[in-house]
Amino acid sequence: MDNLMIEALTLVLLTLLAVTGLAIARLRNLFAAAMLTGLFSLLSASVFMALDAVDVAFTEASVGAGITTVLMLGALALTRGREKTVTKMRTAQALLVTGVTGAALVYATLDMPHFGQPDTPVQQHPLRAHYLEASEKEIHIPNAVTSVLASYRGYDTLGEVTVIFTAGIGVFVLLGTARRRRR
Amino acid sequence: MTEHTILRVVAKLTIPFILLFALYVQFHGEYGPGGGFQAGVIFAAGIILYTLIFGLDEARRVIPPWAVRALISGGVLIYAGTGVACMLLGGDFLDYNVLAHKPAHGQHLGIILVELGVGVTVTGGMIGIFFVFAGRGRRREGTVE
Repeated sequence: MDNLMIEALTLVLLTLLAVTGLAIARLRNLFAAAMLTGLFSLLSASVFMALDAVDVAFTEASVGAGITTVLMLGALALTRGREKTVTKMRTAQALLVTGVTGAALVYATLDMPHFGQPDTPVQQHPLRAHYLEASEKEIHIPNAVTSVLASYRGYDTLGEVTVIFTAGIGVFVLLGTARRRRR
Repeated sequence: MTEHTILRVVAKLTIPFILLFALYVQFHGEYGPGGGFQAGVIFAAGIILYTLIFGLDEARRVIPPWAVRALISGGVLIYAGTGVACMLLGGDFLDYNVLAHKPAHGQHLGIILVELGVGVTVTGGMIGIFFVFAGRGRRREGTVE
C-alpha cells in the first residue's frame, strides 16, 4: 500500500515534470521561463524525496530551485526579457537535434538495470556494505552520506570545494571588481 | 525597492530564520540530511534576499567585497588546512583519526571542520557571483540613463 502510494506520487511528479518542461519550451517570456525552471528543480527535488534520497533532494531544492533561479534572473536583468523569434527552418533543425539526442539517451537507458534491481554492482560491491555498516563504528555519526562525503571520500569533496572556489574566482576575474578598478 | 513596505517587513522577519536554518543545516549534517554545501547555499540565499530587498549598496556594507574574497578562499584553506594538520600530527592527508585522543572524536572534529570549510566557500562563492551579476546590471542601467 505504501509502495503503491509512493509509485503513484512519483508518476504524478514525473508527469508534472514533463508538463513543466514542455511549458518552458513553449514560453517566449524569459522571466516566466526562469521561474518555471525553478519549479522544475523543486519538482525534481520532490522526486528525489520520494525515492528516499534526502540529501540529493535537499541539494536540488536549495541549489537548483533557489540559487540557480536567482542567477538566471540576474542574467536576465543584463539581457532582454523576451526570446528572439527564430525561423521555422531553425526550429525544425533544433527539433531534429533534440529528437536524435533524446532518442540516443533513451536507447542508452535500455542497458541500465531496472529500478530497484538488487543484483547491480552498486548494490553488491563490498565497499557499500562496509560504508553503511562500518561508518557507525569508525566515525560514530548516524548519517552515512556525511561520513562518505566528508571522511571516506574527503579528497573528492576537497576537489568539489576547489571547483566552487575556481568558479567564483573565474567570475570575479571576468566580470568583477578588477575591471572597474582599471577604468 | 524601498517603497515596498510589506516585502521589507516580511524579509526582515524571515532573513534571521533563513540564516539560523543555514547554521542548523551546517552543524546538524551528521545527524540529518544536509551539510556544508546546502548550508552555504541557504546562507547565501538569505543574503541574496537581503540584497534584492534593500539594494546592493546596503548588502555590500554588510558583506564588503574583501570579505567575500576572504570567505571564498578561506573555506578552501580551512578544508586543506585540516588535511595538513592531520599530516603534521602524524597521520595521512585528511585522515582525521589523529586529530583527537580517540579516533572517533578525531573523525567528528575533522568532519565538522571540513564541512565548515565547504560551507564558508560555498557561501562566499554564491554571494560573490550574485554581487557581480547585480553590480553589472546596475552599471548598465547607469549608462542608459
